[in-house]
Amino acid sequence: MSPIRTYHELTEADRSGLPEQIGAQRKRVAERLAGVGRVIAVMSGKGGVGKSYVTAHLARALAGSGRSVGVLDADLNGPTIPRLLGIDHVPLPTPHDAVAPAISAEGVKCISMGMLIEDGAPLAFKGPSAESFVWRGAMEAAALRELLGDVAWGTLDVLLLDLPPGMQRYVELCDILGAPPAVLTVTIPTPESRDAVRRAMRAAVDRGSRLLGIVENMVGSQFVGSAGDDLAAEFGTPVLARVLWYPTPDTWTALGARL
Amino acid sequence: MKFLCVDCDKQMAFEERQLPGDGTLAATFKCPSCGRVVAMLTNPMETQLVSSLGVEIGGRTVPAQPLETVRKMVATGRDDAFEDRAEHGARSSPSWSAEAHERLARVPNFVRGMVKRIYADYAKERGIAEITPAVMDTARAELGLEGM
Repeated sequence: MSPIRTYHELTEADRSGLPEQIGAQRKRVAERLAGVGRVIAVMSGKGGVGKSYVTAHLARALAGSGRSVGVLDADLNGPTIPRLLGIDHVPLPTPHDAVAPAISAEGVKCISMGMLIEDGAPLAFKGPSAESFVWRGAMEAAALRELLGDVAWGTLDVLLLDLPPGMQRYVELCDILGAPPAVLTVTIPTPESRDAVRRAMRAAVDRGSRLLGIVENMVGSQFVGSAGDDLAAEFGTPVLARVLWYPTPDTWTALGARL
Repeated sequence: MKFLCVDCDKQMAFEERQLPGDGTLAATFKCPSCGRVVAMLTNPMETQLVSSLGVEIGGRTVPAQPLETVRKMVATGRDDAFEDRAEHGARSSPSWSAEAHERLARVPNFVRGMVKRIYADYAKERGIAEITPAVMDTARAELGLEGM
């Protein structure tokens, strides 16, 4: 048998146009975010350090200082941003070809899986139950792409992306955006958090993200360590805020001013 | 994925797509030269992976609606997540009276979404604007949902 032509050598018109469909999705995301000044991923390699808490308060502070802000709750399985922003559920309008985001009392635009799934229910997808690990990640990435590209963000100074623990969502985000987003890192002071966050920061640097700085959260008597300073020295990025157990509002205002 | 007719060395063209409803997908491709037709049959996992890409084999015939994957593929989606669009002729989701809400809250968490959807679909189909305990009783009797 003579050699079979490769995939890329088959160049006849393809009615499915799958590459074009994927290209259209990317274009849609790019067009939707064209009015967004800065996309900032709030991330940490460690769970429970307060990423969502920091994201929500930062968003409020930025809105309070006159900037137009959006928050995309990218923690699809544990969405908390609507509650942190004080947003009650209302059906989301769907004018034209996009979904309108919810808006908090402070004017922060927000979209979250928490608004789209039943109260108290897990994020569950229709599909074969056996070996669901094969496709579940792909489904979540598709949902993330839609939250970016199908929401009418309009003109924003800043879109904060509240990422879940770990690196998977960050990697998906880089692929969907086509460019690595700027990263704001959250840690608590402990060496355990430092070690986990270091891996995440290393991955972000390797991907080409710009590190904006570190927020050291839950600073005080409960957690002991110097994770913020250690990571700042190691990665050459500033500690933008040290957030006490009971932070005052100016903590967030100061953080917003430093971004 | 593309198909090549080895005998003719020609790329086969997409002909037809079928979704039998069992989670699988069938698509046929035809050689433009000799007319040979082959069928690509994907198992449910492969079909799911294609769905997750948000693409349509055979090409899109209508533009994707906003949050299409979320709307179509999330099993635990809430009925009232979106405002229905009047221009599409969609009927609005029925509202729930406070008493009906209370009653629904007593349904175990893990089936509450499903139960809520059953009552909402029942009301929508009958043009009922508000779900009350009386509507729930009627639906339960008509649909054989004793215990819900």
